[in-house]
Amino acid sequence: MRIGVHGLGVRFGAAEVLRGIELEVAPGEVLAVLGANGAGKSTLLRAIAGVQPHRGQVRWNGAASRPASGIGYMPQDNATSVALSVFEVVLLGRLRSLGLRVAPADLAAAEAALAELGIRGLASRRLGELSGGQRQLVFLAQVLAGNPQALLLDEPTSALDIAHQVQVLGLIGRATRRRGLTTLAVLHDINAAARFADRIALLCDGRLAACGPPAQVLCPALLRAAYGVEVAVMTGPDGRPVVLPLPPVENE
Amino acid sequence: MSAASWRARGARRSGVTALALGALAASFAADLATGPALLPIGDVLRSLAGISDDAMLNAIVHRLRLPIAVMAALVGAALGLSGAVMQTILNNPLASSYTLGISAGAGFGAALAILAGAALPLPRGWAPAEAWAVPLAAFLFAGLACALVAAVGRLRGATPELLVLAGIACLFLFQSLLSLLQFLASPEALQQIVFWLFGSLMRASLGRAAIVAAVLLAVVPLLLRDAWRLTALRLGDERAAALGVRVGALRLRCFVAVSLLTGVAVAFVGTIGFVGLVAPHIARMLVGEDQRHLLPASAVFGALLLSVASVASKVIVPGTVFPIGIVTALVGVPFFAWLVLVAGPRGGWR
Repeated sequence: MRIGVHGLGVRFGAAEVLRGIELEVAPGEVLAVLGANGAGKSTLLRAIAGVQPHRGQVRWNGAASRPASGIGYMPQDNATSVALSVFEVVLLGRLRSLGLRVAPADLAAAEAALAELGIRGLASRRLGELSGGQRQLVFLAQVLAGNPQALLLDEPTSALDIAHQVQVLGLIGRATRRRGLTTLAVLHDINAAARFADRIALLCDGRLAACGPPAQVLCPALLRAAYGVEVAVMTGPDGRPVVLPLPPVENE
Repeated sequence: MSAASWRARGARRSGVTALALGALAASFAADLATGPALLPIGDVLRSLAGISDDAMLNAIVHRLRLPIAVMAALVGAALGLSGAVMQTILNNPLASSYTLGISAGAGFGAALAILAGAALPLPRGWAPAEAWAVPLAAFLFAGLACALVAAVGRLRGATPELLVLAGIACLFLFQSLLSLLQFLASPEALQQIVFWLFGSLMRASLGRAAIVAAVLLAVVPLLLRDAWRLTALRLGDERAAALGVRVGALRLRCFVAVSLLTGVAVAFVGTIGFVGLVAPHIARMLVGEDQRHLLPASAVFGALLLSVASVASKVIVPGTVFPIGIVTALVGVPFFAWLVLVAGPRGGWR
């Protein structure tokens, strides 16, 4: 499922939050979306997911209509005050095929997604009882249970410890390549994006400042423009860039 | 938890609803057996079975008690169901047709019809038209109040919070208009308006109960068809939309359903608070938020609450029937408090 974004813009009242975004993401590819707070990352994902009115076009394999199997969009906020069990929340990922009697295929898909993320033990717990990180895993399981053709993930690992970050990003990467998904993920952690993504889209004040392989985008000049900080960029043991923020130079 | 244990939990939830249905059957029987006439239960059963020749007994049982008992259960079911739907689509635990001005709209409509009837007395022989004018006006104005709130929902960017505010504005609008009518009304018309607003099952008839039943039969399957989409809506508008729910269209469908359920319920018995607010909470504590279970359970607990209130309205002071609207909260609050204290804060709203 090739996703094409053409001339996409979003305006909130007088403020132009996104303008002139042009992107192409291929099947089997992970694109990380980076940028400072308020750069428009989440708005871009919401616009592509179809829950944010926008100018311009989003094309799915060249067509305007969204794929029949749907897209797996995981927003940032996690509903908490809900008396639904984790199993039910994950099962909702299969909403398109759920009937009054739940089919065995839907139950099996929910069970498989829970197992894939290692949270079968949480299945009978209520969503409101879970920690932020656990809820993030539950909603990721919900997205995967829907067997979507594209993943749009808004900060999927922001509440996770380092072990779960590695596990979840690895799982998303493998699922993307194995199932031929098209994945866009908003991330805050630049180094995680460098490890995990095939390409990085860097947003700066609602514009696409750069889009390309991590080694090309993660350079001091572009990161200074996007975040307003000085960084040193080194090469990690896997040959990918490692970004180290430098302390500001104090003038005496 | 495996799928098998989730299915087992579903069976337990159905069991809870079945138990409540059993309690409703018992309450329904008690409702038939109680009344100012102090009839022995055996006589009531004989009359229901059609083997009694006592004309007075048959008239009391068939024309008074049976319509009241049936109407209490049906109106309670309609109010419980509409409360559950409103709380879900507005994502608010305080939402009900009473708190969001739909009942107030019905009250205003009824008062308007009572005043018009007093100002333009109908000639003899027009009594049936007069008897239907008040419920019809109440139904239409309940629909108007619902349409006002739903119209706000069609605004671009309307959130559940905005809809709740619109409902509260609607409540104050119709309460003010109702106060104005009461201020202008003659003492006789004012007495009629106040009695209507109390809510009373004494206006019940089997014909009217059949209309409430028909609306329930039409609306329940439509709501159950949307059960999973309503469950998804509890995760928030954005997440529901991402799962494929057309949130605006779903809300509109539900508003139409709520309008019909509430309109037909309050039109025939007057404004009854508490049931629409609390029955869904009781159901949610006992069966969770899977709307396939919550919607039927809310209807059954609504029916049970109003049926028990109907019995209580006749036994608090023997020989006197209190207006049901006064009794519902008196009966329901202690039960609800007990449930909250025993079950803990498992209602899903924190």
